[in-house]
Amino acid sequence: MGKTKQLDRRWLFLLIFLGVALPLIFSIGLPLETTKNVQMVYDLVDSMPKGSKALISFDYDPASMPELHPMAKAVVKHCFDKEIDLIFTAMWPMGVKMADDIIDQLIEDYPDLEYGENYVNLGFKAGGMITIQSMGKNFREVFPKDMNGNSIDELPIMDGINNFSNIGFIFSLSAGAPGIKEWVQIAHDAYNRPTSGGCTGVSAPAMLPYINEQHQLTGLLAGLKAAAEYEVLIQTPGTATSGMDAQSIAHLIIIIFIAVGNINYWRNKRKEKKGGK
Amino acid sequence: MEQFFATLGIWLGAIFTFAIFSFLYKDNPFYKTAEQIFVGLSAGYWFVYTVFSILIPNLYDPLIQNFSVNWIKIIPAILGIMMLMRLIPKTEWISRFPISVVIGTTSGVFFLRYLKSDVLNQLTATMINPFVGESWVMVVGKIMLIVGTISGVIYFYFSKKHTGALGVSAKIGIYFLMVSFGAAFGYTAMARISLLIGRLQFLLGDWLGIIQP
Repeated sequence: MGKTKQLDRRWLFLLIFLGVALPLIFSIGLPLETTKNVQMVYDLVDSMPKGSKALISFDYDPASMPELHPMAKAVVKHCFDKEIDLIFTAMWPMGVKMADDIIDQLIEDYPDLEYGENYVNLGFKAGGMITIQSMGKNFREVFPKDMNGNSIDELPIMDGINNFSNIGFIFSLSAGAPGIKEWVQIAHDAYNRPTSGGCTGVSAPAMLPYINEQHQLTGLLAGLKAAAEYEVLIQTPGTATSGMDAQSIAHLIIIIFIAVGNINYWRNKRKEKKGGK
Repeated sequence: MEQFFATLGIWLGAIFTFAIFSFLYKDNPFYKTAEQIFVGLSAGYWFVYTVFSILIPNLYDPLIQNFSVNWIKIIPAILGIMMLMRLIPKTEWISRFPISVVIGTTSGVFFLRYLKSDVLNQLTATMINPFVGESWVMVVGKIMLIVGTISGVIYFYFSKKHTGALGVSAKIGIYFLMVSFGAAFGYTAMARISLLIGRLQFLLGDWLGIIQP
């Protein structure tokens, strides 16, 4: 192969850094369109009657906060606006803190909401798929207490919740396993409850096949872009929306470099064929 | 005091972010220090978390509070201790028993769930009438779904040489696989940029106050 002039990769790092930092400081306001999968999630939440119950599982840790926290905030806010009672769980240990942080960020805007009546944080339980399966059989055996040590028999929100049957829908915010996949396999495929979720961009290709004719997954929020779309749908722009300009510019830089790299490769190959250097 | 620690936390976060980012220039002592501190802190944090959030509420408390009902929890506790025998070379063999229990149980549970969710339901979702759809885009999409699934599976059929019709189908399958790899790469690039956006939102917002956090 011919000798290719290599660009120091640190220039690319610097360009990406500037391509992300500058649009964050000087907003461009590039247009953002809602995709079908995000609309499906929105419609699912929107279709729930007032006073219905939903389970939101925080299956991620701080490493995935930039992607999953904005969508968690948007979905929880939408549920609170629709007066849906929320049961928070976590299949990841740090998910408990993630749920707490979202509640802390939102609760000031909803002074009428009562802990134990309108929302509850049941905390973390180890076991992944086995735990979810047990919740489907006997919820109270898996979570006899909430994260503060209160018996769930004393919490009004848990009245009538013995398994998944009285839960309107299940939403998993997932950064890996256990996460959306396990909730689909148990909550939807075994107990036939509407299941939806939000995941990191990296894990999205593995989740997308579940959005099918069988409705294994009702929509999907994949990565920061989907979080931004959801923020637009609920008309509450947040950190995801403000990051979209930076995301687009960074992608443009990557695309340009991929194109330039391929053109160079193709030119070198042609030169080689001709015997030149 | 609370304000002081909040500010200290933000400054530490900023310093460690720069220490980690400095690796992009070249390996250096700042990066190494940040890396070692992260590993040490994580290990310590998880140890404490495991003891107080898993072992005590799920094992110690139930046994102390109602032993006659919860005595069965002794079995997983013993299996857990047997697993720790791996740390001593002479008793390492004991850990094979709990590992075999874990593998056996996991494969038994996962086999059923994966067979239903990832095989049967996925196959059923492909058995559709492709010509029924609200628009021509949906019809084309359904046809591509069927063609992509069949040709993709054919590519992984290795018991016959990929020639003739089988070869053409396998070739089409490769193209579908390439498109899916491209989509996966795109999502990965998006995810990595999102993480950078998150860090820069922290640096420019929480730390420097240039943008609204």
